[in-house]
Amino acid sequence: MSHHLPVLLVVIPLVAAPFAALVNRPRVSWAIALGAAWWAFYAAFRLLAQVMSDGTIHYELGGWAAPYGIEYVVDPANAWVLLIVALIGAVVIPYARASVAREVSEDRIPLFYAAFILCMTGLLGIAVTGDVFNVFVFLEISSLSSYALIALGPDRRALTASYQYLIVGSVGATFIVIGIGLMYVMTGTLNMADLAEILPQLEANRTIPVAFTFLTVGITLKLALFPLHMWLPNAYTYAPSAVTAFIASTATKVAVYLLLRFFFTVFGAEFSFDVMQLDRILMPLALLAILTMSLVAIYQEDVKRLLAYSSVAQIGYIVLGISFASALGLTAGILHLFNHALMKGALFMAMGCVMYRVGSVQIDRMNGLGRAMPWTMAAFVGGGLSIIGVPLTVGFISKWYLIQAALEQGMWPVAAVVLAGSLLAVIYIWKVVEVAYFRDVDPEAGISEAPLSLLIPTWTLVIANFWFGINASATSGVAQRAAELLLGLAS
Amino acid sequence: MTGLGLFNYWVVIFLMMVGFYTLIARGNLIKKIIGLNIFQTSVFILYISMGKITGATAPIFVTGAEPEFGYSNPIPHVLILTAIVVGVATSALGLSLVIRIKEAFGTIEEDEIEELSR
Repeated sequence: MSHHLPVLLVVIPLVAAPFAALVNRPRVSWAIALGAAWWAFYAAFRLLAQVMSDGTIHYELGGWAAPYGIEYVVDPANAWVLLIVALIGAVVIPYARASVAREVSEDRIPLFYAAFILCMTGLLGIAVTGDVFNVFVFLEISSLSSYALIALGPDRRALTASYQYLIVGSVGATFIVIGIGLMYVMTGTLNMADLAEILPQLEANRTIPVAFTFLTVGITLKLALFPLHMWLPNAYTYAPSAVTAFIASTATKVAVYLLLRFFFTVFGAEFSFDVMQLDRILMPLALLAILTMSLVAIYQEDVKRLLAYSSVAQIGYIVLGISFASALGLTAGILHLFNHALMKGALFMAMGCVMYRVGSVQIDRMNGLGRAMPWTMAAFVGGGLSIIGVPLTVGFISKWYLIQAALEQGMWPVAAVVLAGSLLAVIYIWKVVEVAYFRDVDPEAGISEAPLSLLIPTWTLVIANFWFGINASATSGVAQRAAELLLGLAS
Repeated sequence: MTGLGLFNYWVVIFLMMVGFYTLIARGNLIKKIIGLNIFQTSVFILYISMGKITGATAPIFVTGAEPEFGYSNPIPHVLILTAIVVGVATSALGLSLVIRIKEAFGTIEEDEIEELSR
């Protein structure tokens, strides 16, 4: 049983999805989704523990030996991503029940949960597989289901947001397929470990740099790196709240993982950074993302859109960490994957609570919410502190590592940009806080606190923000192991 | 392998650019989907061309009948079968979104929708 964990992690949610659609009763579908998500969380946790104690796990699908068969490989880097996806899934599904009942029409709820689990399956699959074409298949499973999920949003603009994401996402995925095809032409293999072995032996040629470029552009479209982020703000703003909380915390993170996997494991850090000089592209884009997107976030009137722009900026931090291509920088990036999932999850779920009671997340509708919904807004402030990077929160830990990594290479202007990004975050979080706490409540609105079924999952993530901010040794330990493994420093 | 020998690949590039241009330049949502389809089709041809070996036969093993030039590589063909399925699913989802956009906005022209979304 435990031997088959890597595949069961993906297969059980995959099988659960059609059942959730077929039973066609909102409550039963929800229960099935909950079971699948909690199972994934348990399996991901077990896998991470196993990897950390015994080292990398190889699983051959159907007993076909790699490189001919498809292989699932779990090492510290992807066990970490699996845990992020499964954790957020396990927290968001309990939250989704009340939130989705309010925002999605009842006949569509079973299909909503089916799409939700499929999306989670796809993301888990991308992370667990050791085969590049399998990556594409899972990528499309998660993308197609997330287009459907976004289109279920209550506003009609959700439809156009989803359509826009579909076009951009499909182009990105097709670019990835082209890259994979070109690699296959040159090497005759699709297995990541096998590719990593054959690619450096090839003579200098033009095909592999082209494959590399297609993959880079395709993946950065998926992870919404500035300036390829245009699909993201609309998608996050108009999707149902539970979907935003899930996708914002996981989908872009898994795309970042893909970037790491291709750059470091498949092509190798030497090829990616010395031959292709990727850092010269990634670092300026990451810095621009941090500054411009934080500035744009300040001017938003819709808090979900504000947080969406903030997400693009935070992805900038992650990519910045990667662009250092040092152990410390990668640790910072990988750590921020987890930390950003925690904070954005908490913030978007708090906004979901506001949506539930107020029916809108426009800033001017939030007058006095600090008094009307004290727990919800306290959760928002908690997540906000983390985004800013106040000590004792996870945001502080990521920024601490990031600044250290910048200073290690003597790039103090980069460290200054990281700090400037934090200051801009203070402004956009404060904008919400000011309205919620320093303006009078509209007494006729009769707004009360969100129900416990929404507050408990939200606060779980808020508490995690502080828990892993105070006791960061576990998370940074895993991130460090993952970084060393990707750079090939680990034995 | 020069000039006409690379005919397939010229076709791939041509289709890819036609599809990509349609996708970017057209404001009609259905035309965009068609552009996406052409774009994806070019990748299918790219993969299928990769597996072809001149003079080689279909990869079916028959005892006693060894082919002179070996077998074509079936793996790219199998891979692209998966990608075709994905392409169909994407088009279906995209077109159904267009139907719902038409119901909600009354138009499928991008600029008119933009106007209505303000």
